[in-house]
Amino acid sequence: MREKILTFIEKNSRVDLKELAIVLGVDEATVANEMAAMEEEHIICGYHTLIDWEKTSIEKVNALIEVRVTPQRGRGFDSVAERIYNYPEVNAVYLISGGYDLLVTLEGKTLREVAQFVSDKLSTLDPVLSTKTNFILKKYKDHGTIIAEPEEDERMLVTL
Amino acid sequence: MRNPLSERIVDIPFSGIRKFFDIAAEMTDVISLGVGEPDFDTPWHIRDEGIYSLERGKTAYTSNAGLKELKIEIAKYLERRFQVSYDYNTEMMVTVGGSEAIDMAMRAMLDPGDEVLIPQPSYVSYVPCATLANGTPVIINLKEENEFRLTAEELEAAITPKTKLLVLPFPNNPTGAIMERKDLEAIAEVVKKHDLYVLSDEIYAELSYLEDHVTIASLPGMKERTVLINGFSKSYSMTGWRLGYACAPKIILEQMLKIHQYAIMCAPSTSQYAAVEAVRNGDHDVAAMREEYDGRRRYLMHRFQEMGLQCFEPYGAFYAFPSIQEFGITSDEFATRFLKEKKVVVVPGTAFGECGEGFLRISYAYSLDKLKVALDRMEEFVTELRAQKK
Ligand SMILES: Cc1ncc(COP(=O)(O)O)c(C=O)c1O
Repeated sequence: MREKILTFIEKNSRVDLKELAIVLGVDEATVANEMAAMEEEHIICGYHTLIDWEKTSIEKVNALIEVRVTPQRGRGFDSVAERIYNYPEVNAVYLISGGYDLLVTLEGKTLREVAQFVSDKLSTLDPVLSTKTNFILKKYKDHGTIIAEPEEDERMLVTL
Repeated sequence: MRNPLSERIVDIPFSGIRKFFDIAAEMTDVISLGVGEPDFDTPWHIRDEGIYSLERGKTAYTSNAGLKELKIEIAKYLERRFQVSYDYNTEMMVTVGGSEAIDMAMRAMLDPGDEVLIPQPSYVSYVPCATLANGTPVIINLKEENEFRLTAEELEAAITPKTKLLVLPFPNNPTGAIMERKDLEAIAEVVKKHDLYVLSDEIYAELSYLEDHVTIASLPGMKERTVLINGFSKSYSMTGWRLGYACAPKIILEQMLKIHQYAIMCAPSTSQYAAVEAVRNGDHDVAAMREEYDGRRRYLMHRFQEMGLQCFEPYGAFYAFPSIQEFGITSDEFATRFLKEKKVVVVPGTAFGECGEGFLRISYAYSLDKLKVALDRMEEFVTELRAQKK
Protein backbone atom coordinates (compact mmCIF):
# COMPACT_ATOMS: atom_id res chain seq x y z
CA MET A 1 0.00 0.00 0.00
CA ARG A 2 2.75 2.45 0.94
CA GLU A 3 4.61 1.87 -2.29
CA LYS A 4 1.44 2.45 -4.26
CA ILE A 5 0.74 5.71 -2.48
CA LEU A 6 4.30 6.90 -2.93
CA THR A 7 4.47 6.01 -6.59
CA PHE A 8 1.29 7.89 -7.16
CA ILE A 9 2.01 11.07 -5.25
CA GLU A 10 5.55 11.32 -6.52
CA LYS A 11 4.05 12.36 -9.83
CA ASN A 12 0.91 14.01 -8.60
CA SER A 13 1.10 15.44 -5.12
CA ARG A 14 -1.97 17.59 -5.71
CA VAL A 15 -4.34 14.65 -5.64
CA ASP A 16 -6.70 14.81 -2.69
CA LEU A 17 -6.96 12.02 -0.19
CA LYS A 18 -10.42 10.99 -1.12
CA GLU A 19 -9.54 10.74 -4.78
CA LEU A 20 -6.36 8.82 -4.05
CA ALA A 21 -8.34 6.37 -1.94
CA ILE A 22 -10.78 5.77 -4.81
CA VAL A 23 -8.02 5.30 -7.34
CA LEU A 24 -6.21 2.82 -5.12
CA GLY A 25 -9.42 1.03 -4.21
CA VAL A 26 -9.05 1.40 -0.44
CA ASP A 27 -10.83 3.58 2.09
CA GLU A 28 -9.88 7.12 2.82
CA ALA A 29 -8.83 6.52 6.42
CA THR A 30 -6.24 3.96 5.31
CA VAL A 31 -4.65 6.43 2.94
CA ALA A 32 -4.73 9.25 5.49
CA ASN A 33 -3.15 7.07 8.16
CA GLU A 34 -0.41 5.80 5.88
CA MET A 35 0.38 9.29 4.65
CA ALA A 36 0.54 10.66 8.17
CA ALA A 37 2.75 7.78 9.27
CA MET A 38 5.08 8.27 6.33
CA GLU A 39 5.34 11.98 7.02
CA GLU A 40 6.11 11.16 10.63
CA GLU A 41 8.78 8.67 9.61
CA HIS A 42 10.18 11.16 7.16
CA ILE A 43 9.60 8.88 4.21
CA ILE A 44 7.54 11.68 2.73
CA CYS A 45 9.82 14.69 3.24
CA GLY A 46 7.82 17.40 1.54
CA TYR A 47 5.51 18.28 -1.33
CA HIS A 48 7.03 20.24 -4.16
CA THR A 49 5.99 21.87 -7.38
CA LEU A 50 8.05 21.74 -10.54
CA ILE A 51 8.21 25.19 -12.09
CA ASP A 52 9.74 26.38 -15.31
CA TRP A 53 11.00 29.74 -14.06
CA GLU A 54 12.20 30.65 -17.51
CA LYS A 55 8.63 31.29 -18.49
CA THR A 56 8.21 33.88 -15.74
CA SER A 57 9.74 37.32 -15.33
CA ILE A 58 11.64 36.18 -12.28
CA GLU A 59 15.39 35.91 -12.85
CA LYS A 60 17.14 33.01 -11.21
CA VAL A 61 20.61 31.61 -11.52
CA ASN A 62 21.27 27.98 -10.73
CA ALA A 63 24.70 26.58 -10.09
CA LEU A 64 26.16 23.18 -9.38
CA ILE A 65 29.27 23.50 -7.28
CA GLU A 66 31.75 20.70 -6.94
CA VAL A 67 33.43 20.95 -3.57
CA ARG A 68 36.50 19.10 -2.32
CA VAL A 69 36.76 19.00 1.46
CA THR A 70 38.84 17.50 4.22
CA PRO A 71 36.69 15.13 6.24
CA GLN A 72 36.52 15.92 9.96
CA ARG A 73 37.76 13.57 12.59
CA GLY A 74 34.95 11.49 14.04
CA ARG A 75 32.21 13.02 11.87
CA GLY A 76 33.52 12.41 8.39
CA PHE A 77 31.77 14.62 5.87
CA ASP A 78 28.65 15.16 7.91
CA SER A 79 29.66 18.26 9.78
CA VAL A 80 30.92 20.10 6.68
CA ALA A 81 27.79 19.08 4.83
CA GLU A 82 25.69 20.42 7.67
CA ARG A 83 27.54 23.74 7.67
CA ILE A 84 26.82 24.04 3.99
CA TYR A 85 23.21 22.89 3.87
CA ASN A 86 22.18 25.31 6.54
CA TYR A 87 22.72 28.26 4.21
CA PRO A 88 19.27 29.13 2.89
CA GLU A 89 20.51 29.73 -0.66
CA VAL A 90 21.68 26.12 -0.87
CA ASN A 91 19.18 23.83 -2.55
CA ALA A 92 20.82 20.46 -2.23
CA VAL A 93 23.96 18.87 -0.88
CA TYR A 94 25.06 15.43 -1.98
CA LEU A 95 28.07 13.35 -1.01
CA ILE A 96 29.56 12.15 -4.25
CA SER A 97 31.99 9.41 -5.17
CA GLY A 98 34.62 10.31 -7.71
CA GLY A 99 36.72 13.39 -8.35
CA TYR A 100 35.25 15.59 -5.62
CA ASP A 101 33.32 15.13 -2.38
CA LEU A 102 30.24 17.28 -2.20
CA LEU A 103 27.91 18.47 -4.89
CA VAL A 104 26.13 21.64 -3.82
CA THR A 105 23.29 23.07 -5.83
CA LEU A 106 22.58 26.68 -5.37
CA GLU A 107 19.96 29.14 -6.39
CA GLY A 108 20.64 32.86 -6.55
CA LYS A 109 19.02 35.90 -8.02
CA THR A 110 22.07 36.97 -9.98
CA LEU A 111 25.48 35.74 -11.02
CA ARG A 112 27.05 38.09 -8.53
CA GLU A 113 25.00 36.66 -5.70
CA VAL A 114 26.20 33.15 -6.51
CA ALA A 115 29.79 34.32 -6.91
CA GLN A 116 29.65 36.07 -3.57
CA PHE A 117 28.32 33.02 -1.83
CA VAL A 118 31.08 30.86 -3.24
CA SER A 119 33.92 33.27 -2.55
CA ASP A 120 32.77 34.67 0.79
CA LYS A 121 31.05 31.75 2.43
CA LEU A 122 31.77 28.42 0.86
CA SER A 123 35.46 28.80 0.04
CA THR A 124 36.29 30.28 3.40
CA LEU A 125 35.03 27.29 5.37
CA ASP A 126 38.02 25.63 6.94
CA PRO A 127 37.61 22.09 5.59
CA VAL A 128 36.92 23.28 2.05
CA LEU A 129 39.93 22.63 -0.18
CA SER A 130 38.57 23.79 -3.53
CA THR A 131 35.38 24.61 -5.40
CA LYS A 132 34.41 24.47 -9.02
CA THR A 133 31.27 26.31 -10.03
CA ASN A 134 29.11 25.18 -12.97
CA PHE A 135 26.20 27.35 -14.02
CA ILE A 136 23.08 25.75 -15.37
CA LEU A 137 22.30 27.28 -18.76
CA LYS A 138 19.06 25.53 -19.50
CA LYS A 139 16.93 22.82 -17.92
CA TYR A 140 15.68 20.14 -20.28
CA LYS A 141 14.49 17.63 -17.77
CA ASP A 142 14.13 17.91 -14.02
CA HIS A 143 12.80 15.50 -11.42
CA GLY A 144 12.02 13.00 -14.14
CA THR A 145 9.83 15.43 -16.00
CA ILE A 146 10.69 16.79 -19.42
CA ILE A 147 10.49 20.58 -19.29
CA ALA A 148 8.95 21.45 -22.62
CA GLU A 149 5.54 22.35 -23.92
CA PRO A 150 3.26 19.37 -23.43
CA GLU A 151 2.45 17.92 -26.81
CA GLU A 152 -1.04 18.17 -28.23
CA ASP A 153 -3.16 15.08 -27.85
CA GLU A 154 -3.38 13.92 -31.43
CA ARG A 155 -5.45 10.89 -30.64
CA MET A 156 -8.55 12.84 -31.63
CA LEU A 157 -7.64 12.31 -35.25
CA VAL A 158 -8.35 8.61 -35.09
CA THR A 159 -11.88 7.45 -34.87
CA LEU A 160 -12.39 3.95 -33.55
CA MET B 1 -19.67 9.14 -66.88
CA ARG B 2 -19.92 5.71 -65.30
CA ASN B 3 -20.17 5.48 -61.56
CA PRO B 4 -16.63 4.65 -60.50
CA LEU B 5 -17.64 3.09 -57.22
CA SER B 6 -18.57 -0.34 -56.01
CA GLU B 7 -22.03 -0.40 -54.50
CA ARG B 8 -20.86 -2.76 -51.82
CA ILE B 9 -18.45 -0.10 -50.57
CA VAL B 10 -20.79 2.83 -50.97
CA ASP B 11 -23.41 1.08 -48.87
CA ILE B 12 -21.04 0.79 -45.91
CA PRO B 13 -21.38 3.86 -43.65
CA PHE B 14 -18.52 5.72 -42.01
CA SER B 15 -17.93 4.99 -38.35
CA GLY B 16 -20.46 6.77 -36.14
CA ILE B 17 -17.68 8.05 -33.96
CA ARG B 18 -16.32 10.32 -36.63
CA LYS B 19 -19.05 12.95 -36.58
CA PHE B 20 -18.23 14.00 -33.03
CA PHE B 21 -14.60 14.55 -33.78
CA ASP B 22 -15.52 16.66 -36.76
CA ILE B 23 -17.68 18.92 -34.58
CA ALA B 24 -15.04 18.99 -31.84
CA ALA B 25 -12.33 19.99 -34.29
CA GLU B 26 -14.12 23.33 -34.76
CA MET B 27 -14.22 24.09 -31.03
CA THR B 28 -11.68 25.13 -28.43
CA ASP B 29 -11.19 23.88 -24.87
CA VAL B 30 -12.76 20.56 -25.74
CA ILE B 31 -12.03 17.60 -23.52
CA SER B 32 -12.38 14.22 -25.11
CA LEU B 33 -13.33 10.96 -23.51
CA GLY B 34 -13.94 9.63 -26.96
CA VAL B 35 -10.85 7.86 -28.11
CA GLY B 36 -10.16 4.16 -27.82
CA GLU B 37 -6.41 4.50 -27.76
CA PRO B 38 -3.98 4.32 -24.83
CA ASP B 39 -2.62 7.67 -23.64
CA PHE B 40 0.77 6.26 -22.71
CA ASP B 41 3.80 6.54 -24.93
CA THR B 42 5.18 3.17 -25.99
CA PRO B 43 7.58 2.15 -23.18
CA TRP B 44 11.03 3.49 -23.92
CA HIS B 45 12.91 0.19 -24.15
CA ILE B 46 10.51 -0.91 -26.89
CA ARG B 47 10.88 2.33 -28.84
CA ASP B 48 14.63 2.05 -28.42
CA GLU B 49 14.68 -1.41 -30.01
CA GLY B 50 12.77 0.00 -32.97
CA ILE B 51 15.33 2.77 -33.31
CA TYR B 52 18.19 0.30 -32.93
CA SER B 53 16.80 -1.89 -35.70
CA LEU B 54 16.80 1.15 -37.97
CA GLU B 55 20.36 2.00 -37.01
CA ARG B 56 21.43 -1.47 -38.02
CA GLY B 57 19.67 -1.06 -41.33
CA LYS B 58 16.99 -3.64 -40.64
CA THR B 59 14.69 -2.01 -43.13
CA ALA B 60 13.81 -4.79 -45.55
CA TYR B 61 10.69 -6.96 -45.82
CA THR B 62 10.52 -9.74 -43.30
CA SER B 63 9.09 -13.12 -44.23
CA ASN B 64 5.39 -12.94 -45.06
CA ALA B 65 4.20 -14.55 -41.87
CA GLY B 66 6.48 -12.35 -39.79
CA LEU B 67 9.86 -12.49 -38.10
CA LYS B 68 10.55 -15.95 -36.78
CA GLU B 69 12.08 -14.48 -33.63
CA LEU B 70 8.91 -12.52 -32.95
CA LYS B 71 6.61 -15.46 -33.56
CA ILE B 72 8.61 -17.60 -31.17
CA GLU B 73 8.32 -14.92 -28.49
CA ILE B 74 4.58 -14.56 -29.08
CA ALA B 75 4.13 -18.32 -28.76
CA LYS B 76 5.97 -18.28 -25.44
CA TYR B 77 3.92 -15.32 -24.29
CA LEU B 78 0.58 -16.98 -25.12
CA GLU B 79 1.66 -20.06 -23.26
CA ARG B 80 2.87 -18.07 -20.25
CA ARG B 81 -0.10 -15.69 -19.98
CA PHE B 82 -3.06 -17.65 -21.35
CA GLN B 83 -2.03 -21.31 -21.28
CA VAL B 84 -2.57 -21.90 -24.95
CA SER B 85 0.14 -23.29 -27.19
CA TYR B 86 0.61 -22.52 -30.86
CA ASP B 87 3.19 -23.72 -33.33
CA TYR B 88 4.83 -20.49 -34.37
CA ASN B 89 5.68 -21.96 -37.72
CA THR B 90 2.33 -23.21 -38.97
CA GLU B 91 -0.31 -21.65 -36.74
CA MET B 92 0.70 -18.03 -36.39
CA MET B 93 1.18 -14.91 -38.48
CA VAL B 94 2.11 -11.33 -37.74
CA THR B 95 -0.34 -8.79 -39.13
CA VAL B 96 -0.80 -5.07 -39.60
CA GLY B 97 -2.72 -4.57 -36.40
CA GLY B 98 -5.55 -6.69 -35.11
CA SER B 99 -7.52 -4.87 -37.80
CA GLU B 100 -5.89 -6.73 -40.66
CA ALA B 101 -6.29 -10.02 -38.84
CA ILE B 102 -10.04 -9.46 -38.44
CA ASP B 103 -10.43 -8.68 -42.11
CA MET B 104 -8.37 -11.64 -43.27
CA ALA B 105 -10.03 -14.13 -40.98
CA MET B 106 -13.43 -13.17 -42.39
CA ARG B 107 -12.20 -13.30 -45.96
CA ALA B 108 -10.50 -16.63 -45.48
CA MET B 109 -13.52 -18.27 -43.86
CA LEU B 110 -16.65 -16.89 -45.48
CA ASP B 111 -18.49 -17.68 -48.66
CA PRO B 112 -21.51 -15.71 -49.89
CA GLY B 113 -24.48 -16.59 -47.73
CA ASP B 114 -22.45 -17.69 -44.73
CA GLU B 115 -23.77 -16.08 -41.59
CA VAL B 116 -21.47 -14.44 -39.08
CA LEU B 117 -22.83 -13.92 -35.59
CA ILE B 118 -21.74 -10.59 -34.20
CA PRO B 119 -22.67 -9.73 -30.64
CA GLN B 120 -23.31 -6.02 -30.19
CA PRO B 121 -22.54 -3.50 -28.82
CA SER B 122 -19.08 -4.21 -30.16
CA TYR B 123 -16.16 -2.87 -32.12
CA VAL B 124 -17.23 -1.08 -35.27
CA SER B 125 -15.32 -3.09 -37.85
CA TYR B 126 -16.81 -6.58 -37.52
CA VAL B 127 -19.99 -5.89 -39.49
CA PRO B 128 -18.32 -4.07 -42.41
CA CYS B 129 -15.53 -6.65 -42.55
CA ALA B 130 -18.08 -9.45 -42.71
CA THR B 131 -19.89 -7.60 -45.49
CA LEU B 132 -16.66 -6.97 -47.39
CA ALA B 133 -15.96 -10.69 -47.16
CA ASN B 134 -19.37 -11.36 -48.74
CA GLY B 135 -20.65 -12.87 -45.53
CA THR B 136 -23.95 -12.03 -43.91
CA PRO B 137 -23.63 -10.33 -40.54
CA VAL B 138 -26.25 -11.43 -38.02
CA ILE B 139 -26.45 -9.35 -34.88
CA ILE B 140 -26.92 -10.71 -31.37
CA ASN B 141 -28.09 -7.95 -29.04
CA LEU B 142 -26.32 -8.22 -25.71
CA LYS B 143 -28.13 -7.11 -22.59
CA GLU B 144 -27.11 -4.94 -19.72
CA GLU B 145 -28.77 -7.25 -17.21
CA ASN B 146 -26.27 -9.92 -18.28
CA GLU B 147 -23.45 -7.39 -17.91
CA PHE B 148 -23.24 -7.43 -21.70
CA ARG B 149 -21.84 -10.95 -21.69
CA LEU B 150 -22.84 -13.37 -24.41
CA THR B 151 -24.92 -16.19 -22.98
CA ALA B 152 -25.17 -19.68 -24.43
CA GLU B 153 -28.94 -19.22 -24.82
CA GLU B 154 -28.55 -16.03 -26.82
CA LEU B 155 -26.02 -17.75 -29.03
CA GLU B 156 -28.12 -20.84 -29.54
CA ALA B 157 -31.17 -18.73 -30.44
CA ALA B 158 -29.29 -16.91 -33.20
CA ILE B 159 -27.92 -19.99 -34.93
CA THR B 160 -29.38 -21.04 -38.30
CA PRO B 161 -28.21 -23.71 -40.74
CA LYS B 162 -26.20 -20.97 -42.47
CA THR B 163 -24.28 -19.89 -39.40
CA LYS B 164 -20.57 -20.48 -39.77
CA LEU B 165 -18.64 -18.04 -37.63
CA LEU B 166 -19.08 -16.42 -34.23
CA VAL B 167 -17.23 -13.25 -33.36
CA LEU B 168 -16.26 -13.21 -29.71
CA PRO B 169 -15.25 -9.66 -28.81
CA PHE B 170 -14.11 -9.77 -25.17
CA PRO B 171 -12.92 -7.83 -23.20
CA ASN B 172 -15.27 -5.61 -25.09
CA ASN B 173 -15.03 -2.27 -26.75
CA PRO B 174 -17.34 -0.33 -25.98
CA THR B 175 -18.97 -1.95 -22.94
CA GLY B 176 -15.89 -3.08 -20.99
CA ALA B 177 -17.61 -6.45 -20.51
CA ILE B 178 -15.53 -9.57 -20.03
CA MET B 179 -16.24 -13.29 -20.25
CA GLU B 180 -15.19 -15.50 -17.40
CA ARG B 181 -14.17 -19.12 -17.79
CA LYS B 182 -17.63 -20.46 -16.94
CA ASP B 183 -19.24 -18.17 -19.52
CA LEU B 184 -16.83 -19.35 -22.19
CA GLU B 185 -17.32 -23.00 -21.30
CA ALA B 186 -21.03 -22.67 -21.96
CA ILE B 187 -20.38 -20.88 -25.26
CA ALA B 188 -17.86 -23.53 -26.31
CA GLU B 189 -20.42 -26.28 -25.86
CA VAL B 190 -22.85 -24.58 -28.22
CA VAL B 191 -20.12 -23.82 -30.74
CA LYS B 192 -19.07 -27.46 -30.84
CA LYS B 193 -22.63 -28.75 -30.95
CA HIS B 194 -23.41 -26.65 -34.03
CA ASP B 195 -20.02 -27.06 -35.65
CA LEU B 196 -19.20 -23.34 -35.71
CA TYR B 197 -15.93 -21.45 -35.83
CA VAL B 198 -14.92 -18.59 -33.56
CA LEU B 199 -13.12 -15.37 -34.29
CA SER B 200 -11.91 -14.38 -30.86
CA ASP B 201 -10.73 -10.77 -30.74
CA GLU B 202 -8.49 -10.65 -27.67
CA ILE B 203 -6.85 -7.33 -28.28
CA TYR B 204 -7.79 -6.23 -24.74
CA ALA B 205 -6.76 -9.51 -23.11
CA GLU B 206 -4.19 -7.81 -20.90
CA LEU B 207 -6.76 -5.32 -19.65
CA SER B 208 -8.89 -7.55 -17.51
CA TYR B 209 -9.39 -6.39 -13.93
CA LEU B 210 -11.48 -9.10 -12.35
CA GLU B 211 -9.49 -12.22 -13.05
CA ASP B 212 -6.93 -13.16 -15.66
CA HIS B 213 -8.29 -13.27 -19.16
CA VAL B 214 -9.26 -16.71 -20.44
CA THR B 215 -8.99 -17.43 -24.13
CA ILE B 216 -11.64 -19.71 -25.57
CA ALA B 217 -8.88 -21.40 -27.59
CA SER B 218 -7.56 -22.91 -24.37
CA LEU B 219 -10.79 -24.83 -23.70
CA PRO B 220 -11.03 -28.49 -24.76
CA GLY B 221 -11.73 -28.97 -28.45
CA MET B 222 -11.76 -25.27 -29.20
CA LYS B 223 -8.31 -24.56 -30.57
CA GLU B 224 -9.17 -26.22 -33.85
CA ARG B 225 -12.25 -23.98 -34.20
CA THR B 226 -10.78 -20.69 -33.15
CA VAL B 227 -8.95 -17.87 -34.84
CA LEU B 228 -7.33 -15.94 -32.02
CA ILE B 229 -6.56 -12.33 -32.71
CA ASN B 230 -4.35 -10.17 -30.59
CA GLY B 231 -1.97 -7.29 -31.02
CA PHE B 232 0.33 -4.74 -29.55
CA SER B 233 -1.81 -1.61 -29.82
CA LYS B 234 -3.58 -1.71 -26.50
CA SER B 235 -1.43 -3.82 -24.20
CA TYR B 236 1.90 -2.17 -25.01
CA SER B 237 0.47 1.16 -26.08
CA MET B 238 1.73 0.67 -29.63
CA THR B 239 -1.21 1.76 -31.79
CA GLY B 240 0.86 3.64 -34.36
CA TRP B 241 3.23 0.73 -34.93
CA ARG B 242 0.40 -1.17 -36.61
CA LEU B 243 1.20 -4.59 -35.33
CA GLY B 244 -0.96 -7.54 -34.41
CA TYR B 245 -1.13 -11.27 -34.93
CA ALA B 246 -3.46 -14.12 -35.66
CA CYS B 247 -3.24 -17.68 -34.41
CA ALA B 248 -5.32 -20.34 -36.08
CA PRO B 249 -5.43 -23.94 -37.15
CA LYS B 250 -3.02 -24.52 -40.02
CA ILE B 251 -5.69 -24.96 -42.70
CA ILE B 252 -7.22 -21.57 -41.93
CA LEU B 253 -3.95 -19.79 -41.35
CA GLU B 254 -2.56 -20.91 -44.71
CA GLN B 255 -5.42 -19.21 -46.51
CA MET B 256 -5.11 -16.04 -44.44
CA LEU B 257 -1.45 -16.00 -45.28
CA LYS B 258 -2.32 -16.04 -48.97
CA ILE B 259 -4.46 -12.90 -48.60
CA HIS B 260 -1.79 -11.24 -46.49
CA GLN B 261 0.90 -12.13 -49.00
CA TYR B 262 -0.91 -10.56 -51.92
CA ALA B 263 -2.41 -7.58 -50.11
CA ILE B 264 0.25 -6.59 -47.59
CA MET B 265 3.41 -8.67 -48.11
CA CYS B 266 4.47 -8.36 -44.50
CA ALA B 267 3.98 -6.25 -41.40
CA PRO B 268 6.36 -3.31 -40.91
CA SER B 269 9.81 -4.59 -39.99
CA THR B 270 10.72 -1.81 -37.55
CA SER B 271 7.55 -2.56 -35.63
CA GLN B 272 8.34 -6.25 -35.56
CA TYR B 273 11.79 -5.69 -34.08
CA ALA B 274 10.31 -3.40 -31.45
CA ALA B 275 7.62 -5.97 -30.73
CA VAL B 276 10.19 -8.66 -30.01
CA GLU B 277 11.39 -6.51 -27.14
CA ALA B 278 7.81 -5.83 -26.04
CA VAL B 279 6.81 -9.47 -25.64
CA ARG B 280 10.18 -10.49 -24.31
CA ASN B 281 10.62 -7.82 -21.63
CA GLY B 282 7.36 -5.91 -21.44
CA ASP B 283 5.34 -7.75 -18.80
CA HIS B 284 6.04 -5.17 -16.13
CA ASP B 285 5.02 -2.29 -18.42
CA VAL B 286 1.75 -4.02 -19.13
CA ALA B 287 1.18 -4.58 -15.43
CA ALA B 288 1.93 -0.94 -14.61
CA MET B 289 -0.43 0.36 -17.28
CA ARG B 290 -3.13 -2.07 -16.22
CA GLU B 291 -2.87 -0.83 -12.66
CA GLU B 292 -3.09 2.76 -13.79
CA TYR B 293 -6.21 2.06 -15.87
CA ASP B 294 -7.73 0.17 -12.99
CA GLY B 295 -7.33 3.20 -10.72
CA ARG B 296 -8.98 5.46 -13.28
CA ARG B 297 -11.73 2.92 -13.71
CA ARG B 298 -12.48 3.00 -10.00
CA TYR B 299 -12.47 6.79 -10.06
CA LEU B 300 -14.85 6.88 -13.00
CA MET B 301 -17.28 4.45 -11.41
CA HIS B 302 -17.19 6.42 -8.20
CA ARG B 303 -18.03 9.65 -9.99
CA PHE B 304 -20.91 8.01 -11.86
CA GLN B 305 -22.27 6.77 -8.60
CA GLU B 306 -21.98 10.23 -7.07
CA MET B 307 -23.85 11.84 -9.91
CA GLY B 308 -26.45 9.08 -9.83
CA LEU B 309 -25.66 7.79 -13.27
CA GLN B 310 -26.38 4.11 -13.65
CA CYS B 311 -23.50 2.01 -14.96
CA PHE B 312 -22.82 -1.69 -14.70
CA GLU B 313 -19.26 -2.39 -13.60
CA PRO B 314 -16.93 -2.90 -16.54
CA TYR B 315 -14.10 -5.36 -15.79
CA GLY B 316 -12.13 -5.08 -19.00
CA ALA B 317 -10.61 -2.81 -21.65
CA PHE B 318 -10.66 0.92 -20.85
CA TYR B 319 -14.28 1.86 -21.39
CA ALA B 320 -17.35 2.36 -19.28
CA PHE B 321 -20.84 2.19 -20.74
CA PRO B 322 -23.20 4.19 -18.54
CA SER B 323 -26.92 4.26 -19.17
CA ILE B 324 -28.62 7.58 -19.98
CA GLN B 325 -32.10 6.15 -20.35
CA GLU B 326 -33.45 8.22 -17.44
CA PHE B 327 -33.11 11.41 -19.47
CA GLY B 328 -35.50 10.33 -22.20
CA ILE B 329 -33.30 11.49 -25.05
CA THR B 330 -31.31 9.48 -27.57
CA SER B 331 -27.62 8.75 -27.08
CA ASP B 332 -26.88 10.79 -30.14
CA GLU B 333 -28.74 13.78 -28.78
CA PHE B 334 -27.07 13.43 -25.39
CA ALA B 335 -23.60 13.24 -26.93
CA THR B 336 -24.23 16.11 -29.35
CA ARG B 337 -25.63 18.41 -26.68
CA PHE B 338 -22.97 17.44 -24.18
CA LEU B 339 -20.32 18.38 -26.71
CA LYS B 340 -21.96 21.65 -27.70
CA GLU B 341 -22.93 22.76 -24.20
CA LYS B 342 -20.07 21.42 -22.09
CA LYS B 343 -17.34 20.75 -24.63
CA VAL B 344 -16.80 17.11 -23.80
CA VAL B 345 -16.62 14.37 -26.40
CA VAL B 346 -18.23 11.03 -25.60
CA VAL B 347 -19.47 8.47 -28.08
CA PRO B 348 -23.14 7.44 -28.32
CA GLY B 349 -23.67 3.74 -27.74
CA THR B 350 -25.41 3.45 -31.10
CA ALA B 351 -22.04 3.83 -32.86
CA PHE B 352 -21.49 0.23 -31.79
CA GLY B 353 -24.82 -1.18 -32.84
CA GLU B 354 -28.46 -0.20 -32.47
CA CYS B 355 -28.79 -1.97 -29.16
CA GLY B 356 -26.32 0.58 -27.80
CA GLU B 357 -29.17 3.10 -27.74
CA GLY B 358 -29.54 4.55 -24.27
CA PHE B 359 -25.83 4.24 -23.46
CA LEU B 360 -22.62 6.19 -23.90
CA ARG B 361 -19.10 4.97 -24.35
CA ILE B 362 -16.70 6.74 -22.04
CA SER B 363 -13.03 5.99 -22.53
CA TYR B 364 -10.75 6.27 -19.52
CA ALA B 365 -7.57 6.21 -21.54
CA TYR B 366 -7.07 9.74 -20.27
CA SER B 367 -5.07 11.19 -17.40
CA LEU B 368 -6.82 11.50 -14.07
CA ASP B 369 -6.64 15.30 -14.36
CA LYS B 370 -8.52 15.24 -17.63
CA LEU B 371 -11.03 12.72 -16.38
CA LYS B 372 -11.72 14.92 -13.41
CA VAL B 373 -12.51 18.01 -15.46
CA ALA B 374 -14.61 16.03 -17.92
CA LEU B 375 -16.58 14.38 -15.14
CA ASP B 376 -17.14 17.71 -13.37
CA ARG B 377 -18.67 18.94 -16.61
CA MET B 378 -20.69 15.77 -16.92
CA GLU B 379 -22.06 16.19 -13.45
CA GLU B 380 -23.18 19.73 -14.29
CA PHE B 381 -24.77 18.54 -17.51
CA VAL B 382 -26.61 15.68 -15.89
CA THR B 383 -27.91 17.97 -13.16
CA GLU B 384 -29.18 20.43 -15.75
CA LEU B 385 -30.86 17.69 -17.76
CA ARG B 386 -32.65 16.46 -14.65
CA ALA B 387 -33.80 19.99 -13.80
CA GLN B 388 -35.13 20.50 -17.33
CA LYS B 389 -37.08 17.27 -17.16
CA LYS B 390 -38.99 18.31 -14.06
C1 LIG C 1 -11.96 -4.62 -30.12
C2 LIG C 1 -10.90 -4.13 -31.04
N1 LIG C 1 -10.34 -4.96 -31.91
C3 LIG C 1 -9.38 -4.57 -32.75
C4 LIG C 1 -8.93 -3.26 -32.77
C5 LIG C 1 -7.88 -2.89 -33.77
O1 LIG C 1 -6.65 -2.66 -33.20
P1 LIG C 1 -5.29 -2.64 -34.02
O2 LIG C 1 -5.59 -2.77 -35.46
O3 LIG C 1 -4.65 -1.32 -33.68
O4 LIG C 1 -4.49 -3.80 -33.50
C6 LIG C 1 -9.49 -2.34 -31.87
C7 LIG C 1 -9.06 -0.93 -31.86
O5 LIG C 1 -9.71 -0.05 -31.34
C8 LIG C 1 -10.49 -2.78 -30.98
O6 LIG C 1 -11.06 -1.95 -30.10
